[in-house]
Amino acid sequence: MTLKTRIIPCLDVADGRVVKGVNFVDLIDAGDPVEAAIAYDAAGADELTFLDITASSDGRAATFDMIARTAEQCFMPLTVGGGVREIADIRKLLLAGADKVSINTTAVNNPDFVADAADKFGNQCVVVAIDAKKVSGEGEVNRWEIFTHGGRNATGIDAVEFACTVVEKGAGEILLTSMDRDGTKAGYNIPLTRAVADAVQVPVIASGGVGTLDHLVEGVLEGHASAVLAASIFHFGTFTIDQAKAHMQKAGIPVRITT
Amino acid sequence: MLVSIVDYGSGNLRSAQKAFERAARDAELSADIRLVSDPETILKSDRIVLPGVGAFADCRAGLDAVSGMYEAISESVIERGRPFLGICVGMQLMADRGLEKTVTEGFGWIAGDVVEIAPKGPNLKIPQIGWNTIELEQPHPLFEGIKTGEDGLHAYFVHSYQLACKNLEEQIAVTNYGGPISALVAKDNLAGTQFHPEKSQKLGLTLIANFLKWNP
Repeated sequence: MTLKTRIIPCLDVADGRVVKGVNFVDLIDAGDPVEAAIAYDAAGADELTFLDITASSDGRAATFDMIARTAEQCFMPLTVGGGVREIADIRKLLLAGADKVSINTTAVNNPDFVADAADKFGNQCVVVAIDAKKVSGEGEVNRWEIFTHGGRNATGIDAVEFACTVVEKGAGEILLTSMDRDGTKAGYNIPLTRAVADAVQVPVIASGGVGTLDHLVEGVLEGHASAVLAASIFHFGTFTIDQAKAHMQKAGIPVRITT
Repeated sequence: MLVSIVDYGSGNLRSAQKAFERAARDAELSADIRLVSDPETILKSDRIVLPGVGAFADCRAGLDAVSGMYEAISESVIERGRPFLGICVGMQLMADRGLEKTVTEGFGWIAGDVVEIAPKGPNLKIPQIGWNTIELEQPHPLFEGIKTGEDGLHAYFVHSYQLACKNLEEQIAVTNYGGPISALVAKDNLAGTQFHPEKSQKLGLTLIANFLKWNP
């Protein structure tokens, strides 16, 4: 008996619709997150992450409805992130059908919010999403800083130190995105992933930059991640979840085979 | 058959309800699955499910905040012997005490305390989050037809604490995370899963159907 390494597809949604393209072969409506979730559920994904990038409160209501509809049909874990500012937001997401809630900017602005959330809902429910960018120059010791607002705003906060802080406050998991790698298909930022994974006791989900199945293997074996998140390689059918799992298994990583 | 999922402000209630409805449908059982927040309906229920997401103390406080709820659950399952299923913290509440953050009284139905998973290696992250297989220590109707062991089905776990059973005959199944961890505890008409059956796809839906058919 071994805990299996998780493969987590991530869907960006706004106003209850998938916005970063999803293009499955058998999907009738590629913009419907519920259909995408059902397809991933059937394909053997270990979890799903929804990132809600809605700006308006009307859009937020559509997102709650989407989560509720997904939870009616997918009997797998759902993490929802984006726009979580208050404890009441977390309660609403959980009641809609989320299992875990991911907190980003609010945790940067106020790390004590993480403590409040963990006290209320348990550490296992609180994921802190960290967006980090390399700030050290060539030949210098690696250093990564937290950025907010899609990478535009530097905070001056050291990413590894921040990870330790939020874990101490009660974060149960870290979703770590390399902003340098996000969307590049050049692979996870392994030094960053490893630095954070080795520094904290909780699981780290590697994110940002996956282009090949070897990248998933690297994230686990070299980056020490407990789970690997990817978006486009799955959305566009470049690889199936089964192919990803078979590849990881061949590399000696325990995975959950469902077929 | 009226199946009440106790709504006390904790947990992923909606997904639990949907999973129970699906399991009942697949097993061709006629079941009215309700989210219930009043003690009167609990007393009328044929089966009771107690979910729980969050910290032990908060779940206990949430339950106690509903006047007469604990008493109704206790009367229904302890006095009248209705089948009971606790899920995650709902299972942990069956213990004598919870030691998460503070010491909190549990129901005292399953002997033992809820204690932090002790990390036993540098690679053992806490919480345990993800899919793990189950080792059955003794047969139980809730695991009927579910393949267990290394090559068996997986269950989804998310927890930092575990119910350390004092009576090993009440520990029906374990999972391994740096050592054995209670996955299913049971006694008479009471059962509790540390994993989330409502999130465990095939294993979970089968276990839920077994619970709906269970005649302890």
